[in-house]
Formats: sequence, structure tokens, C-alpha cells
Amino acid sequence: MIETPTKIKFATVWLDGCSGCHMSFLDIDERLLDLGDKIDLVYSPLVDYKDFPDMVDVTLIEGAVSNEDDLHKIKKVREHTKLLISLGDCAVTGNVPSMRVPFGIEAVMNRAYTENVTRNHQMPTNGVPPLLPRVRPVHEIVKVDVFIPGCPPPADTIFFVLTELLEGRQPDISKLTRFGK
Amino acid sequence: MATVKTFKINDEDVSGREDETILQIARENDIFIPTLCNMEGLSSVGSCRLCLVEVKGWTKLATACVTKIQEGMEVYTDSERLREYRRMIVELLFSEGNHICAVCVSNGRCELQDMAQILGMNHLVVPYRRPNLKIDASHERFINDQNRCILCTRCVRVCDEIEGAHTWDVMGRGIEATVITDLNEPWGASQSCTTCGKCVQVCPTGALFEKGKSVAEMSKKREFLPYLTSMRGNGKAK
Repeated sequence: MIETPTKIKFATVWLDGCSGCHMSFLDIDERLLDLGDKIDLVYSPLVDYKDFPDMVDVTLIEGAVSNEDDLHKIKKVREHTKLLISLGDCAVTGNVPSMRVPFGIEAVMNRAYTENVTRNHQMPTNGVPPLLPRVRPVHEIVKVDVFIPGCPPPADTIFFVLTELLEGRQPDISKLTRFGK
Repeated sequence: MATVKTFKINDEDVSGREDETILQIARENDIFIPTLCNMEGLSSVGSCRLCLVEVKGWTKLATACVTKIQEGMEVYTDSERLREYRRMIVELLFSEGNHICAVCVSNGRCELQDMAQILGMNHLVVPYRRPNLKIDASHERFINDQNRCILCTRCVRVCDEIEGAHTWDVMGRGIEATVITDLNEPWGASQSCTTCGKCVQVCPTGALFEKGKSVAEMSKKREFLPYLTSMRGNGKAK
């Protein structure tokens, strides 16, 4: 039997964001195949596992913490992740999702479900998690180990960070990306 | 007759006229000191505090943009302490307003954004304030978005010192401080504003911008400033 090298357990999580960071991750393109030799994708919106596994080596997290489900998820993810990476401006700063905060939840909900609706308007109540009054970056809730700002961070930057970490080096991305990039 | 002063920046011998500042001499010698409120051609106010430097024997840090050079002084422009303070200043600027770089007219051309990158700031240690700030779009050509103002007062100074209109000023104190037009009236109703747009062009962020510009489209044109400054003899003619 041929011995397969141990792959690291890798996950990606999508909180309040537009999925653009996940798209940028996919833009790594054919290099994903090289990455696939070294990682095992155990949880992600891109695969069909329902529950976050017991222990993951590296988790990329996209999106801000905006509702009670995000809050619950991020705590669980942190508990079960060795190295947590905030991916993109929503996770790192709150970014666009945070723009609702100054107006208050009531005004925002009214705008979305009453004022701009022509028929059958009603507030969603079932199966949707309540919004939190403040939208917060991930590191305001749990400890984050690596930050990759950008909207979205360039695919090359994401690839660089992952390959450096896989090689056991600390990536310096200060020249590669910034807020809003 | 101005006297020449000789001193050291980062252990390097430099010299300048006695009426020059540490920042001017540093720039003449290609020594980088970060700044945000400073702009060549306008008076210096030392308000952003990014240009803080250490001077040997001084108990306080000195703002390089307003501190005149002295014979024999030993200036240090970079240290772990200074880097920490500068990062904290930029973090506080980001936390104080609602900058949201990704959807800003000045994305990619913003001095605050650049400074965060230069100082290696990739997240904020302090929490975001998320204040409810106003946008004044009453002017026919320009918009004042207070969410992105860092109170550098370049608009106030260029309007007063170069245009001579003094439409802009600062109102309030501390966290309540804000730039205003006339007596805190809508910009579009201003009787003093000449619509010259100098304030818009010197603004380091996306706080003041031209109508019709979308995300990342607002590039600021500053060529007029050195020209007008030399015409007036205000500041240093090149």
C-alpha cells in the first residue's frame, strides 16, 4: 500500500459578506490542484458537509459578524480551529455590511421589507437569525491569527498566504493587499 | 539673513536654514516621515501627529512639520515607539469615521488608505465607532461626506490662505469636531464659496469629491497649489 502524506484539514466559512472572497479564492485557478495535494477541504460553502468538524488546522473566514447565527458560528469555528484567518475587508473591518449600523436595525428592516416593497410586505420572522445592533469584525469576537485585508483580497495574495503557511513560514502581505483593494 | 543650522537626522549630518522645519530638511534629504495634515504650499498645523519624531534630550516627542531645526539637535524619525504611535493614530482615524474603502470614491488614491499600508496596519485593535454622520450634497458640483473626514483641515487652510474665501472652518470640540461651510449652513447655500474646488483637490480622502464620481474614480489634482503658492510668495518658492 502506498502511504499518502498527511493533508492538513482546511475549512472556509461564509458569514456576512458577498462571497466575493470565496470567488477570489477560486480564482487561484489551476493552482487549486497543487493546493489540493496538500489540503483536505473538510467544511466550506463549496462542499456539502453540514457540520463544522471537531478539529480543523486552518480556517479561512469571509464576512462580518452581523447576526446571531454568525455569532454562534464564529465561536464554534474558533473553538475547533488551530489557525483562523480573517479573509477580506468584511471579516477584517466590517466593511459594507457595517454601513447599516449608524441607522439602527428598525430603520434598516423597514427600508428593506416595508418602504421599498410594493406588495405583500412583511417582516421575516421564521428561519432567519435576528440581526445584531452592531456589525463587528471577526477579531472583535474571537482571536484571529492572520489578517488578509482587501475587497476582495487578490487571488495571488490568498495563494501566497496559504502556500507560505503550508511551508511553515509567516507570510508578509503588507505590500500585496490593503483595505479596499 | 537666515543662519544655517547643522544637526543630525538618524545619525546623518544635515543642514538647513534656521526658519526651516525638521520635516522640510528630512524631505530635502529623502528621509521619510509620514504625514497626513501637512501639505506643501499650505501653513502647517501639526494636527494629525503622524510626523512625531524623537529628539535626543527632549522629554516630549516633536511634530516634525512645525518644529524648527536647531543647531546640534539629534532627531530620530523611526523607532518601535514611533511606529506604534503612528499605527495607533491611523487606527483611531479609521475607527472614528466610516471609511469603508471598498466603496469609496477615493479607493486606491487615498492618503489615509496608503498610510495604513505604509505603516503595516492590517486590522484595528480598537473597536469601530460607527457614528451617524452627514453627507452634504447641496453644492452643485461637490459633495462633503463627513463619514470620510479626518479633520486634517487642509480644506480650511487652502480656502483661507490660497482662495481667500474662508468658507470652511472647524466647529465643535473633541469627538464632536467637524468641518463646516459658512456658519454650518448647507454648502450649496454658501455665499462665500467661489466654487473653485481647491478644498476638494487637497482633501486627502474621499470626504470632499466631485459629483458624478463613482467608486475609485476620484483622482485629486494638486498641480495648482505649488504654482499659486509661488505666485503669492506664501511658503517656499521653488
